[in-house]
Amino acid sequence: MPEILTKSRARNVFYGGSVFFVLVFVALTAQSHRYISRTSTAGMPLTDEVRLGKHVWERNSCINCHTLHGEGAYFAPEVGNVMTRWGVADDPEGAYEILDGWMKAQPSGIEGRRQMPHFEITDEEMRALAEFLRWADQTNTQNWPPNDAG
Amino acid sequence: MKYQSQKVAYAYFLVAMGLFGIQVLGGLLAGWIYVSPNTLSELLPFNVVRMIHTNALIVWLLLGFFGAAYYLVPEESEREIFSVKLAYLQLIILVVGTLGAVGSYLVGIHGGREFLEQPLWVKVGILVAAVIFLVNVSLTFLAGRKTVITNILMMGLWLLCLLWVFAFINPDNLSLDKMYWWFVVHLWVEATWELVMAAILGFLMLKLTGVDREVIEKWLYVIVATALFSGILGTGHHFYWIGTPGYWQWIGSIFSTFEVVPFFAMMSFAFIMVWKGRRNHPNKAALLWSLGSSTVAFFGAGVWGFLHTLHGVNYYTHGTQITAAHGHLSFYGAYVALNLAMFTYAMPMLRNREPYNQVLNMASFWLMTGGMAFMTFTLTFAGTIQTHLQRIVGDYYMDVQDQLGLFYVMRFGSGVAVVLGALLFIYSMLVVRREIIQPGPVAAPGE
Repeated sequence: MPEILTKSRARNVFYGGSVFFVLVFVALTAQSHRYISRTSTAGMPLTDEVRLGKHVWERNSCINCHTLHGEGAYFAPEVGNVMTRWGVADDPEGAYEILDGWMKAQPSGIEGRRQMPHFEITDEEMRALAEFLRWADQTNTQNWPPNDAG
Repeated sequence: MKYQSQKVAYAYFLVAMGLFGIQVLGGLLAGWIYVSPNTLSELLPFNVVRMIHTNALIVWLLLGFFGAAYYLVPEESEREIFSVKLAYLQLIILVVGTLGAVGSYLVGIHGGREFLEQPLWVKVGILVAAVIFLVNVSLTFLAGRKTVITNILMMGLWLLCLLWVFAFINPDNLSLDKMYWWFVVHLWVEATWELVMAAILGFLMLKLTGVDREVIEKWLYVIVATALFSGILGTGHHFYWIGTPGYWQWIGSIFSTFEVVPFFAMMSFAFIMVWKGRRNHPNKAALLWSLGSSTVAFFGAGVWGFLHTLHGVNYYTHGTQITAAHGHLSFYGAYVALNLAMFTYAMPMLRNREPYNQVLNMASFWLMTGGMAFMTFTLTFAGTIQTHLQRIVGDYYMDVQDQLGLFYVMRFGSGVAVVLGALLFIYSMLVVRREIIQPGPVAAPGE
């Protein structure tokens, strides 16, 4: 390594540069926080029902089979746009019915087919979960996924 | 072993290897469920198996880092650890927390943020353990000789423990939740863990090659500078499609492209030190793991990461088997192999004997690395087909998955090789007491 880069210079570049990038990152994150709350997720209010739905989503660890906005496990379909795929993104009642029907039919027990477990979910929670997925579906995700297949 | 308290590392490494076994067996089961989906589907669903696979991995890697710190800091600081009792207390808390987490997953009690599914009491336990660790190691560090290796190690460990705070912050807004979730996940594996990795690799190079400390230290600063300069804003490559602003597509693409640099630097560093080094250290297996780690990390984290990090590519590959391919090879190269390098180096000293059974250990390296490489290739092919059929043609998810069956069979086969390699490694570390193959006579010069 060239002699101009002494150890103390390398150290100073490391500390100085890291502080600089942390500051830039914090500033951009703060701006992104505002953008998320005021713009990209503002299409539908974050109601108590949506909050409950998120809780149901988490309590059942859905993320360890499905992806949501492309993040999660890759064992089961994307659900960030599932309400669009089902054609019920703007229809709360339809969203609930189709989700409820689907989940009550699980596990299918079909041989050689991936199995979705049976979940103990009350009607109120099922409605909340449907609302949560509709809420996620309306988020501005820069047009991702490329098509309804998710 | 120069200091008695370094012995603490032994307990950490033992627990880490036990969890390593659980992790790969969980992975093997998950791989089998892909091949034969009805397996245990009602008793032990895929999501629970996957939680055990990923959580066991994270905990054993952390235990390996903690153990490495307890081994390395006394030697670098030239003094005993501040408190051996605290170190064991920390380990007990982590073991109880881990067993508690696995137990509650099995009965269906867990959170739902990926990798952070631990019940709250376990998360608090991890926080307490982290505080104990930081106090213990920092007091040792502050009282003794300060080197660049411990400097960087301490910085990495402090920052990674501080970032754990974000494991407790879970906004109701899903997009905010995701953004802060990456503060733990990305800023661990693509920033702070890299500091820990560089420090441990630097220590191993110092011991194994005998190169001047001065040279190694200068390299270390350059490596960690490139890691943080690229990795911090490189977080942007996770902010493309989760509701964050569009400018992240450019920031993320540009900076995460540079994330290849620290991994290339670490690989170059390891090889150049070995070439320059005059010392012929008897622990050849530790050298193999060190060089192997930096090389596979370059391919797994660097090359496979770059493969899908540009936003124009990621728009199509995001959340497919391409991600799984990258995840497996990068974790294996950067963090699994590095920990195994440290175990291989330290174990003979911790058990007070010469390096032994190098042949089986080296065989396990090739078995695991070969299996991991093959797994990465099969998942990359599967992901390429998935990307085309699902994201471009628009076929439905399960229709596409049904066409990938052959790849999942091959992935399971490579998983068998990895598990055998892992078990062989643990066996060679713990059980065998003699070298299997005696080295032949070496002709002395001039004879």
